[in-house]
Amino acid sequence: MSVLTVRETASAIRGGSVTARSVVENALGVMEREDGRLRAMVCVRGDEALLAADAVDERVKRGDPVGALVGVPVVVKDNICTSGVATTCSSAILRDFVPPYDAHVVERLRAADAILLGKTNLDEFAMGSSTENSATSVTLNPWDELRVPGGSSGGSAVAVAAGMAPVALGSDTGGSIRQPAAFCGTVGLKPTYGRVSRYGLVAFGSSLDQIGPLTRTVEDAAIVLGAISGYDERDSTSADRAVPDYAAGLDRPMKGLRIGVPPECFGEGLSDTVRHSVEAALDVYRGEGAEIVEVHLPHLSYAVACYYVVATAEASSNLARYDGVHYGHRAADPEDIIDLYSRTREEGFGDEVKRRIMLGTYVLSSGYYDAYYLKALKVRALIRRDFEEAFSRVDVIASPVTPTTAFALGEKTDDPLAMYLADIYTISANLAGTCAISLPCGFDGGGGSDGGGGSGGVGLPIGLQLIGSWFEEEALLAAAHGYQLLTDHHERWPSDAA
Amino acid sequence: MSTDAEIQTRLIVGFEIHVQLATKTKLFCGCALGFGETPNSALCPVCMGLPGALPVLNRQAYDYSVLTGLALDCEIAEFTKWDRKSYYYPDLPKNYQTSQYDLPLASNGHFEIETKSGTRRIGILRAHLEEDAGKNLHDVPGCSLIDLNRAGTPLLEIVTQPEIHDPEEAYTFCTELQKLVTYLGVTHGIMQKGQMRFEPNINVAITTGGTEYRTPISEVKNLNSFRSVRSAIEYEFHRQVHDWKSDNGYLIKERPNENRGWDDDKGVTVFQRSKEGADDYRYFPDPDLVPVTVTQDWVNEVRLSLPELPAARIKRLTTDLKLTTEDAAAIVANRATADLFEAAIEAGGPATTLMKQYLNVWAKLANDQDASIAGLGVGHEAMASLAAMTEKGVVNATAANKIAEALIGSDKSPETLAEEMGLIAVLDEDQTEKWIDEAFAENADAVKDAVSSPKKAKKAAGFLRGQVMRISGGKANPKITGDLIEARLAELASEG
Ligand SMILES: [Zn+2]
Repeated sequence: MSVLTVRETASAIRGGSVTARSVVENALGVMEREDGRLRAMVCVRGDEALLAADAVDERVKRGDPVGALVGVPVVVKDNICTSGVATTCSSAILRDFVPPYDAHVVERLRAADAILLGKTNLDEFAMGSSTENSATSVTLNPWDELRVPGGSSGGSAVAVAAGMAPVALGSDTGGSIRQPAAFCGTVGLKPTYGRVSRYGLVAFGSSLDQIGPLTRTVEDAAIVLGAISGYDERDSTSADRAVPDYAAGLDRPMKGLRIGVPPECFGEGLSDTVRHSVEAALDVYRGEGAEIVEVHLPHLSYAVACYYVVATAEASSNLARYDGVHYGHRAADPEDIIDLYSRTREEGFGDEVKRRIMLGTYVLSSGYYDAYYLKALKVRALIRRDFEEAFSRVDVIASPVTPTTAFALGEKTDDPLAMYLADIYTISANLAGTCAISLPCGFDGGGGSDGGGGSGGVGLPIGLQLIGSWFEEEALLAAAHGYQLLTDHHERWPSDAA
Repeated sequence: MSTDAEIQTRLIVGFEIHVQLATKTKLFCGCALGFGETPNSALCPVCMGLPGALPVLNRQAYDYSVLTGLALDCEIAEFTKWDRKSYYYPDLPKNYQTSQYDLPLASNGHFEIETKSGTRRIGILRAHLEEDAGKNLHDVPGCSLIDLNRAGTPLLEIVTQPEIHDPEEAYTFCTELQKLVTYLGVTHGIMQKGQMRFEPNINVAITTGGTEYRTPISEVKNLNSFRSVRSAIEYEFHRQVHDWKSDNGYLIKERPNENRGWDDDKGVTVFQRSKEGADDYRYFPDPDLVPVTVTQDWVNEVRLSLPELPAARIKRLTTDLKLTTEDAAAIVANRATADLFEAAIEAGGPATTLMKQYLNVWAKLANDQDASIAGLGVGHEAMASLAAMTEKGVVNATAANKIAEALIGSDKSPETLAEEMGLIAVLDEDQTEKWIDEAFAENADAVKDAVSSPKKAKKAAGFLRGQVMRISGGKANPKITGDLIEARLAELASEG
């Protein structure tokens, strides 16, 4: 593959050894070749991207100052608003919705001179773990096209894994960046809640949602995080605290690093291949002098239940605005306003979205609020306390990202509960609001978690999750970067799978 | 069935009042507040409820609310949060309203009003902030249009205890509250523009045979004048007693409460909907907003901007300046105008004359310009000088009127204007005698009447004085002129 990393791309363009146009043309070429099958992209804006690339080249030639992501092609999950470019959330209800404004992160990317190539597919409104709940298309896993790429940021993970762009933005509400990153063999970072402004991110679960990068290397994730994070007065929940130079802080000795390992994350339901890879990763750290410490997350077993109350409650309210009155899909010839509302939503939303709206409406209803929503908030506080306790003793917590490698297309579509349970290791970081990263730590050798698929190559990627304390992205990224310096799992391409 | 002689009735009224705050921008976005503008012109992604847009609290709205809470002697909550109230309505872009549910920013206060039966203290249950919805327009047949300009406007909802027992008292409460909040400057308070909306909750306690019965509560909507507040309460009182008389089961425990609308033309309330089966608004804390922690410093800072309240100020003006209560109330009705008045007194303006000019001269000019007296832009020093000049007779009342008018939009002093306009009163008797000579020469008939016709004498003398004023161009001093004319006529009569 000829795709460079974010760091390599920006420095080559800045130095004049490559033009932004050639980088963008190359990325668009990969898309052209691969995306007919993989369907990671919801829309591609090639002409605009080339124009933007030419403008960047012009400035480089003149010697004007350029941003940190100069000429770097980026793709953005289609639930992040882009001015003048449709933002559909992969939902029929927003099929023709064109925002009049850029999300904060998109403004930041443009300000850093990155080049927006297009928007990526997702589970409708980011609700799902397989990108199968998309009104646009089903995205395929480039390592095995009979398997899901994970979700909900499946399109973003595939775009990076297949070399269409060195960086994609995703959003993570319960693992929606980290899980597809693990399934597709990329790095996926969920920053601390409040680190990156949510302004312009179409809300799913407002108290859980966070935007983050998917990249090939931890270093790239650090560079992109530096570009998109920081205080934004338009998001009341955004944190008004300084942004460190994440990329400059990556080189830290592993010796003395305290890594917490919660036994709760290595119990029933975890496949042997994933367990072995994660344990092997811990050995790598141990070999460098890191200290592996047992920590406990006693309320982890309640995390999935807690999450599906909190997230659906917020979603039921956040999605109330899609009613056919002001924008988006509108049912034809309504009899009255109630008919307009109900048919618009009936036609516009997919099954999973409807399921979650109903669940969320139920848990907020009078007579059920205390038993569900209020209780979930209490559990959430306990989960947060578990992490506070753990982070008083360790720098990062290590666990698998997912119980298995990528599952087969259609395997869990009729069993939502099984789909929900697959998020068990990622959800608690959202409930607690901490930062967490997923990085490749091995392959299942072609055996697959279910024994099928693959064809004797390296098999499917496996992800290692590191969870960091609140606003301790520097320590988290340094720990992850240290691992990548010693391993080469992140250098594999899907073509190696065959 | 009871007869009227055997039953005793007691009206019970509590209010929910929506006060539209006069902030520069909306509650959760930077759009300017403004009405009567082109529909849907003051909008942004936030108040349109576009996907991805997020609310940010307007600090000024919160300060105004705390200020009002302090003026109503409320406890100010140290911690409040924002809650989403869910319901579907086309003018509500997000299909939820951001409000404060269980933790209002102010609670447990009171407001005193003067009534025929003395001072009444009405309890304030709570006050909280929320965003207003847009408007549905039904002007075009066959379709509904929506104007979202109003969406996101800050509303302070004040809820009273049900402690009002008389329609007149309700009227006084509403008018006095409106005066208070406009005086505080937190709202323009214009009823016709919906900047204050009063919704009375009304029922009646009926006692007969030693047992008390209560009728179901009706909440009356869409009242846009103080008069209609009073009329609707009166109407509801009679309707509820009547309905109970014709059906003794018309009781709060047996029938649902209801919403009623007010038909101003017919003077009746109209049933809108029953409140049977409580609405489920699925309140929950808004995750897009952070809770508000109000420190003591914050409250103190707002308290510093709390002015002397109207009731206390009226009392002080009547005591210190010997104004009548009516006159003092007229001045205090507008805070800036009252401030200007007091500044003019401070600058040496004589109180009685200043008061007279305030109510007769300045109020009239302000009325002509559809402004307040303070809004005329005339400074307190100019007003004080004009009053002093008038009191000393340097200018007469008519001249003072002309000078006052000239002061508007001018940076000249009243003294300069009086001279330039030639309005300085002439106190010189010789000059006055010359004018009188002229007037007597031109009006021999009147002189004759004044001297020899007892019936017409008084009128004729007045006429002659008017002629002198005319001939002098308003410069003659009326008193000196009157005295000299009287003397001259007496002389003519004795010569007679
Ligand atoms: Zn706005």
